Amino acid sequence: MTSSSASTHHHGPAVGLSRWLYTTNHKDIGTLYLWFSFAMFLTGGCMALLIRAELFQPGLQLIQPDFFNQMTTMHGLIMVFGAVMPAFVGLANWMIPMMVGAPDMALPRMNNWSFWILPFAFSMMLSTLFMEGGAPNFGWTFYAPLSTTYAPPSVTFFIFAVHMMGISSIMGAINIIATILNLRAPGMSMMKLPLFVWTWLITAFLLIAVMPVLAGVVTMMLMDIHFGTSFFNAAGGGDPVLFQHVFWFFGHPEVYIMILPAFGIVSEIIPTFARKRLFGYPSMVYATASIALLSFIVWAHHMFTVGLPLVAEVFFMFATMLIAVPTGVKVFNWVATMFRGSMTFETPMLFALAFVVLFTIGGFSGLMLAIAPADFQYHDTYFVVAHFHYVLVPGAVFAIMAGAYYWLPKWCGNYYNETMGKVHFWCSFVGVNITFFPMHFIGLAGMPRRIPDYALQFADFNAVATVGAFMFGFSQLIFLYNVIHCIRKGRQASSEVWEGSHGLEWTLPSPAPYHSFSEAPKVK
Amino acid sequence: MKRVIFGLAVLLVTASPSHADWTMNLTRGVTDISREIYDLHMVIFWICVVIGVLVFGVMLWSVVYHRKSRGAKAKNFHESLLVEITWTIVPFIILIGMAVPATATLIKMYDNTEADIDIQVTGYQWKWRYQYLAENVDFFSSLSTPREQINNTQEKTTDYLLEVDNPLVIPVGKKVRFLLTANDVIHSWWVPEFAVKKDAIPGFINEAWVIVDKPGVYRGQCAELCGKEHGFMPIVVEVKTVAEYESWLAEVKQADAKQQQAAMKSWNLADLMAMGEEVYNKACLACHQAEGEGIPGAFPALKNSPVALGEVSVHIDVVLNGKPGTAMQAYKEQLSAVELAAVITYERNAWGNKTGDIVTPAQIAELKE
Ligand code: HEC
Ligand SMILES: [Cu+2]
Repeated sequence: MTSSSASTHHHGPAVGLSRWLYTTNHKDIGTLYLWFSFAMFLTGGCMALLIRAELFQPGLQLIQPDFFNQMTTMHGLIMVFGAVMPAFVGLANWMIPMMVGAPDMALPRMNNWSFWILPFAFSMMLSTLFMEGGAPNFGWTFYAPLSTTYAPPSVTFFIFAVHMMGISSIMGAINIIATILNLRAPGMSMMKLPLFVWTWLITAFLLIAVMPVLAGVVTMMLMDIHFGTSFFNAAGGGDPVLFQHVFWFFGHPEVYIMILPAFGIVSEIIPTFARKRLFGYPSMVYATASIALLSFIVWAHHMFTVGLPLVAEVFFMFATMLIAVPTGVKVFNWVATMFRGSMTFETPMLFALAFVVLFTIGGFSGLMLAIAPADFQYHDTYFVVAHFHYVLVPGAVFAIMAGAYYWLPKWCGNYYNETMGKVHFWCSFVGVNITFFPMHFIGLAGMPRRIPDYALQFADFNAVATVGAFMFGFSQLIFLYNVIHCIRKGRQASSEVWEGSHGLEWTLPSPAPYHSFSEAPKVK
Repeated sequence: MKRVIFGLAVLLVTASPSHADWTMNLTRGVTDISREIYDLHMVIFWICVVIGVLVFGVMLWSVVYHRKSRGAKAKNFHESLLVEITWTIVPFIILIGMAVPATATLIKMYDNTEADIDIQVTGYQWKWRYQYLAENVDFFSSLSTPREQINNTQEKTTDYLLEVDNPLVIPVGKKVRFLLTANDVIHSWWVPEFAVKKDAIPGFINEAWVIVDKPGVYRGQCAELCGKEHGFMPIVVEVKTVAEYESWLAEVKQADAKQQQAAMKSWNLADLMAMGEEVYNKACLACHQAEGEGIPGAFPALKNSPVALGEVSVHIDVVLNGKPGTAMQAYKEQLSAVELAAVITYERNAWGNKTGDIVTPAQIAELKE
């Protein structure tokens, strides 16, 4: 894929399959992560389409309730742990060494391992679909005791798979931190780091802080299921609510793990296509850090209805609302960057602009959800489904797409087809809104989430959402085709690639040589 | 473009009340609290709309006027302490403005003063149990929509999936407190018109209360994923005048007494089988399936099962007392003696389980004592 001809004086990649199995090269590993994540995106997407197809009309048509629950569970787990997170790690692998002026990642062998654990973890997770009793069917949040005492036997495999993903993420995070802190080129001070690097640095610390908590909670489940403990079993003196506290102590920072790198990508792209420096760089860094810190004290806003004491409700409501402040700062900064710029609208910019608008809409619904008394009405309805899909699909996923289009010419040395990119964008943009906007309405009207069948008054919007989902889903094939086309026979790209590009990665030739900076570049 | 879509969305939301089938907004509900919540919801919504219009407005302006194809030249500014401080402080103040009324409403919701009526609500996989603590009234409430409608072989009726056999009945204008708990997994009891959504958690008792000011029928659903039939455990609350409520209570008590007498009557196999099939379809089919074939790995088959073909007392024990720590509940309290006798007899004689055994209601009534 990455041609090595530009760097004949270095040793190039090995040939054949062993190149990919044994590689310690950050670009190869980045590529593996990205293809893996795309495969998972399509897998989880097929599950989403099955869910939407079942929900097209009231009544049970295609799948039975238990399988429906397996689909919602697997869809969530695969998209979170298999699609979004590995995609960001893939982008980090590719870009961070190039952005900080390093030859490779700091810990290349561990890098290989952290990727190659993933296919095993996900094969194990997907294999549960064929086991007796079926795959996990308790939602991606796997609340006990539904996921312990009442779980299908395959839950043990699920626990093991989660452990493997956790190990992979932690290793990836350690590697990223080590690279950023140790391998920066001379003159690349912290406050000169590109924002993508900054956001990833903070994300990596979040990962190290919370993945062990996830490992802890699944281990407690394992103990309850197989070794007679009663952490979450009320009959044995345990506490089902404890599960939720521990899970969301992981889960809330996890949602920022999935969005902070997206902020970073968008903060790279907007200045390029506005041909203007990012507005408020230091405040962007501080805002990212404060969002990360706040993310540790808001977890119980997922639990407003479990019967928390009044003071806890008030505290978590205030803390959650507070997150709107640094998030607002980011959005304002992006808009101020565009203001009085000189904008063009190539595909990465289109995705980035859609990100700003649609992520902000997701932020608005998040703010509404933070109002604890109102959350009593919104909680566990499609309003929540609309909210987190707005921040994750036109949020995280659009940012990943934007990043892919933005850096693709650097990766493979060729431009993608701009027209096809725009078609992909518009289909995705329209599809995503048709899918998820009506979910706000059905949620407010009272439709609970995670149900395979629904009352008649929800029928119309559900039908609309399903149409949108198929549109969005199938338009991703345009992306796939475009990427393959670009790798095979795209137009040759210059080293700057974009007129307004800025940063070290654009000083390397396109395609970037197999080893990035063997000699440290000078940073002005 | 984006702004147009957003504007359209706003328009749609505000135009909503005129369209019954395309309901788009939260209900105002029928309690003081629910109306307060509705108001909070609308205020925060409009705040978001205003901020959205401003932010997206500036963005759209830039997209239209500051584009290279129009010859726009990029300016050089990239920071401004004043502006940055302003857009940190102003949102902060708006948030405080929002947090104050929200907290006030929360404090009201957490008012734990004595109630006129206490009802214990227990979530079961997949039905609700209502126990009126001061009255000797205790019943289960489960979905009454016929399977044929769900499987699309019959026309769906208006209250599809939102109808139950025994609705909860409460009087208008009285403070009714719900004590929520669960028997197996976590459920969540939600009636949008009351703005009550509280998790029902095994081993814990949560509280919620309502004072409803309009008689009527209010419908809700379980809101926490609780397994296979999570989508099929609705809640129906009938709010009646105090007099109607009293007479309803009397009726329920009478019906209970009648049922106990029925146990004393003698039953033959055919009658028990007919009734048993009915009970089975209502209470057991969700797990053990229509032909008693179960779901491998989750729910055991009853057809040819050693329990259904073996010792009667073992079979009775499983059904009456359940299997703790599994999805098999204790049906002792849930079903009447007649229903229990019928369903056990049915399981021992249906789907080719030809034991010929009859379990009599009298036998069960004795065990239930
Ligand atoms: C929520 C699901 C569920 C429902 C509803 C349910 N069961 Fe069960 N049942 C189970 C499970 C799970 C087991 C296996 C328990 C165990 O592990 O021993 C079981 C076991 C049994 C057994 C013992 C079977 C054997 O071979 O061990 C009998 C008999 C039985 N159920 C009868 C009934 C009857 C009668 C009803 C309706 C009144 C009913 N069940 C409703 C889940 C259910
Ligand atoms: Cu439930």
